[in-house]
Amino acid sequence: MTDILFAVLIVTGIGLVCGIILAIVSVFTKVEVDETVEKLRACLPGANCGACGYTGCDGYASALKNGAKTNLCVPGADAVAKEIADILGVEAEDVVEQVAIVRCNGTCEATGKKYEYQGITSCAAVKTLYGGSGSCVYGCLGYGDCVNVCPQGAISTENGVAVINPDKCTGCGLCSKTCPNKIIEMIPDVHRVAVRCSNKQKGAETRKICKNGCIGCKKCELNCPTKAIKVTNNLASVNYDLCIKCGKCAEVCPVHCVDWADFSGYHRQNEEN
Amino acid sequence: MDFKGLIVILLTSVFVNNYVLSKFLGICPFLGVSKKLDQATGMGLSVIFVMLMATAATWPIQYYVLEPLNLGYMQTIVFILVIAALVQLVEMILKKYIPGLHASLGVYLPLITTNCAVLGVTINNITDGYNFVESMVSSLGCGLGFLLAMVLFSGVRQRTENCDAPKCMKGLPITLIAAAIVSLSFFGFAGVIDNLFA
Repeated sequence: MTDILFAVLIVTGIGLVCGIILAIVSVFTKVEVDETVEKLRACLPGANCGACGYTGCDGYASALKNGAKTNLCVPGADAVAKEIADILGVEAEDVVEQVAIVRCNGTCEATGKKYEYQGITSCAAVKTLYGGSGSCVYGCLGYGDCVNVCPQGAISTENGVAVINPDKCTGCGLCSKTCPNKIIEMIPDVHRVAVRCSNKQKGAETRKICKNGCIGCKKCELNCPTKAIKVTNNLASVNYDLCIKCGKCAEVCPVHCVDWADFSGYHRQNEEN
Repeated sequence: MDFKGLIVILLTSVFVNNYVLSKFLGICPFLGVSKKLDQATGMGLSVIFVMLMATAATWPIQYYVLEPLNLGYMQTIVFILVIAALVQLVEMILKKYIPGLHASLGVYLPLITTNCAVLGVTINNITDGYNFVESMVSSLGCGLGFLLAMVLFSGVRQRTENCDAPKCMKGLPITLIAAAIVSLSFFGFAGVIDNLFA
């Protein structure tokens, strides 16, 4: 009986000593946690997408404390910018919401294949084999690296091309960074026109490999009242600072690669409602 | 001091008696944290650190407290208690004085508190009858072995993630099979170390 009691006492004693040491040390090593940073971190979305240019939400929260701009969180948009401004006690700045646009419309009907690919289902992998399995080396590879990286589940591959569902796109830009062909462009979420092609080959060559490709005919350039759309390197591109959303370029495009549609993203839609 | 003996202990604990791959201790972090190389390295380094600290604390407790009082059978409970308190203590000290290190190891430290590999190392050091220096060398070896297993397996794992496994084998099943093959390959070391210093 005394043996058991003795053992219990010794183990309790060791536990007690450990506890006391921990208690004493915890008093001496107390770290002051900055409350502002904690609060800032709490109001950020927590997607850690890096669209702000800092290392995740934690990085942005501590940068904000040291005077970083309050309107850098694109996925959080105006709501988050306003909260941040309230915490820091500064004027809220408007966030330029962005939306991702796939600059390729090379569907299975429009373009062909160079070879039959049977390897790992990843765009980065297929690109290493002769620049992809599709005839066009500029276009969508179609193996969905962007689909896997999208935190909102806004992207899907339909008919061989990545398609972005603007209703879900928060404009974090992860897909744009991931795409090996860099065909996903982030555009300011106030525009209604996009060029659905990235092919820089001459018109005739483009025409041979893809029915929907930009042939560089310059019709859009000639018809644009503000010179916002220009053909450089046989490919039309839009300067969104000048675009007045008239939609003339889309009307005249013979191959319908200038797309005129409402692809306002998640934030813009919520704002309008 | 027998320097050769220490080298044998070190190499044996890294390769032959690898805690993860031949004793199957510490499997949960091995499967849980080995998805990415940097995380696996962080976890491995933290384990080395904690194993050394734990051995340094538990060896004297065994020989100066438990044995004289005939309480050797309370070893497991006392060791768990001491290791848990120790890890907590280390975490607090790191947070205060070396925040950089805390930021990189901090997430793993609470996980290691209940890591069976750490408890296994401290108890095995006692059952193998090592003296204090030998125990420390053996813990270092076990920690290095754990790091090696984690790093190797994170490489294997990155390959299995991308491979086109049958649907029923995706995820954990294929990971376990890969782990079994890696563990099998480590049995090749069994004869090597003994003959190296023969």
